[in-house]
Amino acid sequence: MLTDLTLTEARQRLRAGEISAVELTQAHLERIRALDPQVRAYLTVTEERALAAAEEADRRLATGDNAPLLGLPLAIKDVLTTEGVVTTAGSRVLEGFVPPYTATAVQRLLEAGAVMLGKTNTDEFAMGSSTENSGYFVTHNPWDLERVPGGSSGGSAAAVAARMALGALGTDTGGSVRQPAAFCGVSTVKPTYGRVSRYGLIAFASSLDQVGVFGRTVEDTALLLSVMAGHDPHDSTSLDVPVPDYMAALSGEIAGLRVGVPREYFIEGMQPEVEQAVRAAIAQLEALGADVREISLPHTEYALPVYYLVAPSEASANLARFDGVRYGPRENGRTLWETYKATRGQRFGAEVKRRIMLGTYALSAGYYDAYYLKAQKVRTLIKQDFDRAFADVDVIATPTTPTTAFRIGEKTDDPLQMYLSDVFTLAASLAGICGAVVPCGFDGQGLPIGLQILGPALGEEIVLRTAHAYQQSTDWHTRTPPLG
Amino acid sequence: MSQYEAVIGLEVHAELQTRSKMFCGCAVVDSTSAPPSTYVCPVCLGMPGVLPVLNHRAVELGLRVGLALNCEIPPFNRFARKSYFYPDLPKGYQISQYDYPLAVRGWLEIDLPDGSSKRVRIRRVHLEEDTGKLTHVDDHSLIDFNRAGVPLLEIVSEADIRSAEEAEAYARKLRAILRYLGVNSGDMSKGVLRVEPNISVRPRGEEAFRTRTEIKNLNSIRSLARATAYEIERQVALYESGGQVQQATMGWDEARQVTVVQRVKESADDYRYFPEPDLPPLEISRAWVKEVRAALPELPSAKRDRLMQQMGLSRYDASVLVAEKAVADYFEATVQAGGDPKQVANYILGDLFRRMKDEGRPREQIGDIPLKPVMLAELLALVAEGTINHGVAKKLLGTLYAEGGDPRRLVEERGLAQVRDEEALGQAVAQVLDEHPEEVARFLAGEEKLAQFLMGMVMRALRGKADAQAVRRLLQAQLEARRKA
Ligand SMILES: [Zn+2]
Repeated sequence: MLTDLTLTEARQRLRAGEISAVELTQAHLERIRALDPQVRAYLTVTEERALAAAEEADRRLATGDNAPLLGLPLAIKDVLTTEGVVTTAGSRVLEGFVPPYTATAVQRLLEAGAVMLGKTNTDEFAMGSSTENSGYFVTHNPWDLERVPGGSSGGSAAAVAARMALGALGTDTGGSVRQPAAFCGVSTVKPTYGRVSRYGLIAFASSLDQVGVFGRTVEDTALLLSVMAGHDPHDSTSLDVPVPDYMAALSGEIAGLRVGVPREYFIEGMQPEVEQAVRAAIAQLEALGADVREISLPHTEYALPVYYLVAPSEASANLARFDGVRYGPRENGRTLWETYKATRGQRFGAEVKRRIMLGTYALSAGYYDAYYLKAQKVRTLIKQDFDRAFADVDVIATPTTPTTAFRIGEKTDDPLQMYLSDVFTLAASLAGICGAVVPCGFDGQGLPIGLQILGPALGEEIVLRTAHAYQQSTDWHTRTPPLG
Repeated sequence: MSQYEAVIGLEVHAELQTRSKMFCGCAVVDSTSAPPSTYVCPVCLGMPGVLPVLNHRAVELGLRVGLALNCEIPPFNRFARKSYFYPDLPKGYQISQYDYPLAVRGWLEIDLPDGSSKRVRIRRVHLEEDTGKLTHVDDHSLIDFNRAGVPLLEIVSEADIRSAEEAEAYARKLRAILRYLGVNSGDMSKGVLRVEPNISVRPRGEEAFRTRTEIKNLNSIRSLARATAYEIERQVALYESGGQVQQATMGWDEARQVTVVQRVKESADDYRYFPEPDLPPLEISRAWVKEVRAALPELPSAKRDRLMQQMGLSRYDASVLVAEKAVADYFEATVQAGGDPKQVANYILGDLFRRMKDEGRPREQIGDIPLKPVMLAELLALVAEGTINHGVAKKLLGTLYAEGGDPRRLVEERGLAQVRDEEALGQAVAQVLDEHPEEVARFLAGEEKLAQFLMGMVMRALRGKADAQAVRRLLQAQLEARRKA
């Protein structure tokens, strides 16, 4: 089946003329039609655009054009703006919103010839760990439709896992590509903060948000990242440093690599099968020649409270613009203030409101020092933990989540339990460093488990090399969810 | 003298005349004339996912002002988000500066009507973005976003100002400096410069500050002076009648010439400032500061001193000339073209200002009148060389002011050159004396003031084109000759 190809395999076949971009796109659109009514990964499927882009790609392929992603069908998380295509960030407050501009990350993929299949579901404004906070519907985990795909980039992860896209873009603020990659059994890379432009990424927490990629292999994620990374004059926080050839970094060679295993990442209450699988994966790295040692990241336990002060604070300002005045739907009240209240009150979901209130509180006069400022100070300590660790090790290997995918509805009434599902991913986001997740096993119920590999800022090459070397020596990533 | 004194601080918002806005590429346009919301883009409209990119030119213009106001420029700057909801604020927060402003601890020397001067301390100068503009029509409001994101400089003084006159002098001086620096047109009626006084009064000798009010929507410096004076009196009257001043934002009712309460502040606004995560901190290198400082133009006080020392002008004349950059430029261009500084100053401060006032033309538009500096210099040269006298010069000024032209050619065309031929002048004097035997007799009998009458008759006979000194000399000589005869 064409949809079983990896991104890089499909690229070779397209270039060899063995398949056409239209065929490849059609195959994915058909699979979406067949499976998405159950999985519900897509908020919008852009079939006409996709076919037109595929036809154009075929014309270019015929001329020998070797744009890196020419004719490859991808899915885009709906928090990334796409000119002319409805972009909602999973929120009713942006229902029907058609942006007049395309996010830089998406633009670079499209310029490289990618075919956009559609926009994928997300927790509203990327706030959540299950896609249950989407303002539209819940996405289901392709491995078990009763379970969540993770979040907030659950739609993209599920689409890739279910073979409804060759690859996808997600965004990661506190683990939003890594946790769903683990839950859905796909590969991901969360780049260093600033490595990929945030222009057009509908902001949740500006100092944490970063665009990430999903693929069925590490190689696929490296290809997508190579295209997407790099300085963007529209994003002052994007790093102006050269982009290495990430594909070239995938040597398969990790002999002598120093791998740190932080003791704080193996906690009481985590699912034993997850710990076993991750320990086994670390043993595998050792078998490949890596030098594994235990390390300590002593401020890890503060990552969760720090994150839930910093991110909501920034979000409370970022989401102030959704007032119904200039775009998006407006719920009219008798006065300006009633209109604000009605629009925001009726169209934001409960989790978004909770975080706006948390952030507003943390930034308020009299509380700022005790909450926001204190959190920023502890954030510096967390960053220093990593700085110290990376003086001694090249990468850090950890579990991605304490458990495998949980049941839909299981944690919706308990926000704190929900927040805990990101406990292993938050610290890296706060530190602004990079990481990758690769499938490293399955639990007794057939649910995927992910190995997280963290690297220092701008350490994408070493992280990808490690993840790739591991993946080359295992076959977890080749398994397919039991779908129709 | 009142037993109360006013305590006033001024908060000034000045739009910076950059080509593009503070954080996007949109052009900065005259928001009173451009079609509404036409110079906008996703960034200044606060659309989802967009990011600000700092316009470094705005920082440079802000630095100019900070340095001109004798401020310290901290090496570390950062932007902050100031959150509040209002329809003219697209993002729901304004990108401003809070804990690390562009410039701090400066001072401005103001010139008072009695000729003295005073230093008013500047607390801080910071950069921020302007909001859109609301127009209220019947029961709804329209928003023009052309102004949204225009770079704005907020200049905050210490509460060193003690009267409406000082407030006015501060505003005038600051506006002059902004114009000298080329950063702002100073047009308060268009809202590109907004001056808001914070006013409280207290019994003389009392140390503590009392409750203050703030006046907004002042569209001229004259309104500022009047509103401030009114508000001081209002507060004094309140205290004297046993009342209390309520903390409030006041508006100025131009028609009724009174301040009116717009909004009572019961508690301090909480803007929930926090560092702007979309912009990296701004480092201001010492080299940059040095460069900007070196490129600063001569500022009004320095120029005033130079006009006094090098050109021998009085402090008053020099102060008036430098108060408007356009006037100072006009003056200097005329002197450059050969005009005698004192004569030039006299003509500008006298005839030119009077004519401009008559036609309602503000002084800053002196550069637009048809009479150009070279023409004025030429006119004065004609007087200096004796071709015409001041009387003729002032008549010609009317023509030149209205239409411009070459003064020398005008003098020729109209036959206005002075009669300098001693013989012709002598004949004219003799003729007048012959025609007025009675007045001559009375003069010779001791009525000396009649000399002035006879002088006037001679000048009239010569249609004013005579060198008055020569005429006076010849008249005296002939009168003396007749006395002896
Ligand atoms: Zn703009």
